[in-house]
Amino acid sequence: MIKHREKITKIIFTLSAGISILAVLLICFFLFLNGLPAIFKIGVFNFLLGKTWKPANNIFGLLPMIIGSFYVTGGAIILGVPIGILTAIFLAYFCPNKLYRYLKPAVELLAGIPSVVYGFFGLMVIVPLIRGLFTGNGNSLLAASIILGIMILPTIISISEAAIRAVPRHYYEGALALGASHERSVFFTVVPAAKSGILAGVILGVGRAIGETMAVIMVAGNQAIIPNSLFDGVRTLTANIVLEMGYAADLHREALIGTAVVLFVFILIINLSFSALKRKSNI
Amino acid sequence: MRKRQWLSKFLRWFVYIAAFLTISALLFLIAYILIKGIPHLSLSLFSIHYTSENVSVFPALINTLTMTGISLLIAAPLGIFAAIYLVEYAHQTNRFIKFVRITSETLAGIPSIVFGLFGYLLFVTTFKLGFSLLAGGLTLSVMILPLIMRTTEEALKAVPDSFREGSYGLGAGKLRTIFKIVLPAAIPGILAGIVLSIGRIVGETAALIYTAGTVAQIPASILGSGRTLSVHMFALWNEGLNPNESYATAVLLLLLVILLNFISRKMANRLEKGKQHE
Repeated sequence: MIKHREKITKIIFTLSAGISILAVLLICFFLFLNGLPAIFKIGVFNFLLGKTWKPANNIFGLLPMIIGSFYVTGGAIILGVPIGILTAIFLAYFCPNKLYRYLKPAVELLAGIPSVVYGFFGLMVIVPLIRGLFTGNGNSLLAASIILGIMILPTIISISEAAIRAVPRHYYEGALALGASHERSVFFTVVPAAKSGILAGVILGVGRAIGETMAVIMVAGNQAIIPNSLFDGVRTLTANIVLEMGYAADLHREALIGTAVVLFVFILIINLSFSALKRKSNI
Repeated sequence: MRKRQWLSKFLRWFVYIAAFLTISALLFLIAYILIKGIPHLSLSLFSIHYTSENVSVFPALINTLTMTGISLLIAAPLGIFAAIYLVEYAHQTNRFIKFVRITSETLAGIPSIVFGLFGYLLFVTTFKLGFSLLAGGLTLSVMILPLIMRTTEEALKAVPDSFREGSYGLGAGKLRTIFKIVLPAAIPGILAGIVLSIGRIVGETAALIYTAGTVAQIPASILGSGRTLSVHMFALWNEGLNPNESYATAVLLLLLVILLNFISRKMANRLEKGKQHE
C-alpha cells in the first residue's frame, strides 16, 4: 500500500517537472503554426526587410519595428549598462554594511515595479521634459530608451553583483598586497575576472529590454517608421503586436503572430547565449 | 604616484555617482507617484461598479485578487512538485532534468507579450474559453511557473541533508520524509517565492490584454472577462482620459508591490536565520 503511494507521487512529481518542457513545446508549436504561414505568404524577404507597414493595403514590412526594437534596446544599454555595473561594484566593494541592508531591497523593488507604472511615470515626467528641452512632442526613441535604461538596471545590477562576489577574495587581497589602491584592485583585478558573469547580466538586460511592451508603448509614439533622430517616435516589435492585435483579422492577424515569431527567435538567441555565459562564469 | 591617486579618486567618484543615480531614480519615481496620486485616492474610487462618470478601481482590485488566486492554484502545486522532483528524486546527471532546467530557463526569459499571444491562441481560441479570467490565469500560471520552481528548489536545497538522514534513520519512507520533514523546513523560502510571483501577477499587463480582456466590471464567473489593476491602468491610458484615476491606480499598484516585496524579504530572512541556528 505504502509502496504504491510512493510510486504514484513520484509519477506526479515527475509529470509536474515535465510541465515546463511541455509549455515551451506548446509555445513554439502555436507561435510557429500560426505565424510561419503568414511569413511565407508575405515572403520572408519582404516581411523581414520591407520598410512599409500598411495593414490596410496588405503591405507588411517589419523592418521599421525590428530596427525600432534594436534602437530602443541600444539606447537602454548605453544608459543602463554603465550605471548598472558601477552600482554593482558599489554594492559589492564600496557599500558599508548598514547602507547595504537598505540598498539591496531597493534594487529588488526596482525590479518589482510594474511596467505600466514605469510607462506612466515616463509619460508624465520624461516625455514632457523632452518636449520642453528638445524638439518634437516628447514621445520618442529617447524617452523609451531612458525608461528601459532604468528598467534593466536591477537585472544588470543583481547579476553583475553576484559575478563580482563570486571572484575569490584573494584576487583583491593580492592586488592590495602589491601596493594597488582599493579602487585599482577592484577595477583592474576583480572586475576583469568577473567579466563573463557581467556580460551575462548585460545579455539578460538586453532580453528584458527587447521584450518589454507596456512601458515602451506608453512613451515611444509608436509610428511604424524608421526613426531619423532620437526625438522621433519609434515602434518596437512588442508594441506592434499589442497595438494592432485588438482589431486585426486574417493575414494582418497572422502577420502580427509572425511579429511574435521574430521576437521569439531573438529572445531564444539571447537566452542561449546567456545560459552559455552563465555556465562559463559559475554564477 | 600622484597621477595614480588621481585615477583612484576618479574611479571612486564614478562608483558613488552611479549608485546615487540608481537610488535616486527609484526614490524619485516612488515619491512622484505618491505625491501626485495620494490626493486622488477618494472613496468613490472604491465603489462597486465602474461607470464612465465614476472610474472605480474596485472591480479591477477584485479581479486582481481572483486572477492571483487562479494563477497560484495552478502554478504553485505544479512548481513545488517539480522542484521536489528536481531536488529529492532525480539524479543530477539525468537527461530529463537537463531538459527541465533548460526549458524553465527559457520560459523565464520569454517576454510577457509572447505569453499573451500564446494564451490567446491556446486558451482563448483553441480551448474556446474566450476572453476570461480563467484564460488569463492559465496564461499567467505558465509565466510564473519557472519563478516558483526556482525559489522552491533553492529553499529545498537549503534544508540540510542531516534532516533527511535523521528521518530515514528513524524508519520514515521517502514520501513521509519529504512532507513531514523537508517541506516544513523549507516553507519560508517557498512562501517567499510565492509572494514574489504574486508581485509578478499584480504587475502583469501584456499577457492579460488578449487573454483576460479589458472589461471594467467584476464578471459573474471566472469564465467572464475582467481587467486587473495593471490592465486597468493601461486601459485608462489607451482611452486617453482620467489622469487623476491613473495616478490613484499607480499609487495602489506601487503600495501593493512594496508590501509584497517587503513580506517576501522578511520570509527569506527567516529562512536564513533558521539556517544559522543549526
